[in-house]
Formats: sequence, structure tokens, C-alpha cells
Amino acid sequence: MTETTPPRRGVPLWVQIIIWLFLAGLLATVALGLSRRQQGTVQPGQVIDNFNLTLYSGYELDGKNEIDLADLRGKVVVINFWASWCKPCEQEATELQQVWTEYEPTGDVVFLGVDYVDTETDARVYLKKFGITFANGPDLATRISQYFRIKGVPETYFIDREGVLRYVQVGPFVNADQIRAQIEPLLK
Amino acid sequence: MQKQSLQITKYAILFMAFATILFAVAIASAQGPTPTDDEVNQIAKKLYCPVCENVPLDVCPTEACRQWRDQIREMLIEGKTEEEIIDYFAVTYGERAAGDPRNKLEAYLIPVVLIILGTLLLLSALRMWRKPLAAEPTSQKDGAKPVQQDEYIARLEEELKKRK
Repeated sequence: MTETTPPRRGVPLWVQIIIWLFLAGLLATVALGLSRRQQGTVQPGQVIDNFNLTLYSGYELDGKNEIDLADLRGKVVVINFWASWCKPCEQEATELQQVWTEYEPTGDVVFLGVDYVDTETDARVYLKKFGITFANGPDLATRISQYFRIKGVPETYFIDREGVLRYVQVGPFVNADQIRAQIEPLLK
Repeated sequence: MQKQSLQITKYAILFMAFATILFAVAIASAQGPTPTDDEVNQIAKKLYCPVCENVPLDVCPTEACRQWRDQIREMLIEGKTEEEIIDYFAVTYGERAAGDPRNKLEAYLIPVVLIILGTLLLLSALRMWRKPLAAEPTSQKDGAKPVQQDEYIARLEEELKKRK
């Protein structure tokens, strides 16, 4: 029996390639978005990329009103996300300030307050109310909180001298010892 | 003498009171009138707080949103326009704070261009797909296929004759 030839398909190869690439790109974008949503905060062990934080006047660090995380290599960095409208943040504000005053003279530890989705007027009232003196600034365009993928406030991130994230505290600290317990191992 | 000094004090107090009133009026006129809630909400409904996703600022009940509305009020008192206020919120809190995209050209033009390009691509692909199929019957006339089919029919007829 003779073989009959199948009907010829007219879609050119380049069109097929474009269609498949488009579909693959669409699927990859959806998958990436879903996986990012499920990831949670940045995980301990990850090297934290450099970011820039503009500080409120009166809350500068060593006289600088703008700091780069990269400039703080060699020091233990404690990044605290907070907001003046956040009630749980008030629970830990005094403790954070207390621990900061203990470590400030050593020069080995830096506390950075990142003010999340807040107005400067209310932020200043909050800082004054709790007597906070460590460096603080607004999270402009929520870039820093998006990088850390925070789920809410307060959240605190402990970064070692090499710039590696070592511990994440989600929610407020119960007491000052809890904060010290995370800093001490990073100083050794 | 005592009467004279009393009168001077009286004039001084009057002058001070007059100066205070003038000063207060000057400050009030420089700041402009206090905006109403409706004026604040007119702008607030075009903004979205990242804390309460998809809830417009004018109806959002959280403390964060209340603070934002106060900020809008302060900026209106300062004489800022609606556009300036929305721009400020977009820069300070991110693009998602503004309901409408800031770069309208990029946000609306790119999807339209992509849709047009996609449609054109699809149409040209469909046209190319249909062409060879439409051409098939005419090509069959002098192609190899009809010959094959004739042979097949001839064999079939032969087999049928044998059966008879």
C-alpha cells in the first residue's frame, strides 16, 4: 500500500517559536510571582544586598543623613521596621532604645530604624515619645521593606559583620534580653 | 505722673493686643482655609495605602490611613495641588499608593501596542496557514497524488471484479 503524505501545515517556524517563547515567558512570570508570594521574609544565611536609607534630621548616623548598608560592613547591624500607627511596635520601642544605649559606646553595633508607610509628623511624635535616639529614616517608596519581603511591622533583622542575615524577629520583642541574645553571638 | 504712666501702660497693652490680632490674621491668610473632609476625600479616594491592599484611602478605617488623610489636609493647607499631593505619595510610599499609574504613556500605550502587534502576528500566521490548504486542489491536478489515487482506484476495481 502506498503512503499518503500528511497535509502541509503553513505556520512558519519563526511564528511557532515566538508563540512558544511568549507562552513560556508568561508561565515563568506567573510562577515567579507565586513563588515570591510564598517565600516569606528573606532567610537567615543570605547576604543582604546594599541599600540606601535617608535619615530623619536629628536621627543621623555619625553626622550623615544618608547611609549605605555596605558602609556598615564590619559592624553588627540591627534593622528594625516600625511605624507610628503600629501598636505592637510600642511594646518593644523602649527595649530597643535601652539595648542601643548599651551597645552605642562600643561602636560595634548599629541600630537602624526603618519607618514603614508613615508620615514624618507622626513618626517624630513616636520617636520623641519613646526617647529613641538611634538612626531612623523613612522607607521611601517601600523599597527596603519590599527587598526584605516584610509581612508587617514590627520586624527586626540581625546582620553580622560580613553582611549576612543571621536572625529574623517577626513581631515585637518581649524584653531586652531577647534582643541582647541575638546580638551577643554576632560580636564574638 | 502716676496717671501718665498708667495711660502709657494702657496704650502699650492696646498696641500689643492689636499687633497679636494682626499677626494671627496674617498667619491664617498665609495658610489658607482649612479644607473640608470632602476636599480631603476627593484626593484620598485616588490613593491606596499599602497596608490595607485594594481599599481606597477615603474609606480605609486604619490608623495609618487616618494619618495619610491628615497629611493630605496639611498639604492642602500649604497650598499644594491635587497632582502635587498624589505625586508626593507616589514618591514617598511607592507607585502602588497612587491608584492611577504615574507614567500614563508607558502604562496605557505599551499594552495597546503589544495587542496590535500580537493581532497582526496572529493574522499573518493564519493567512500563511490557510494559503497552502487552499492551493491544494489545484496542485492535485498535475501532482503525484492524483496518480497515486488513480492507481488505488484501479486496484480496488480489479479486486472487486475478482470477487464477482
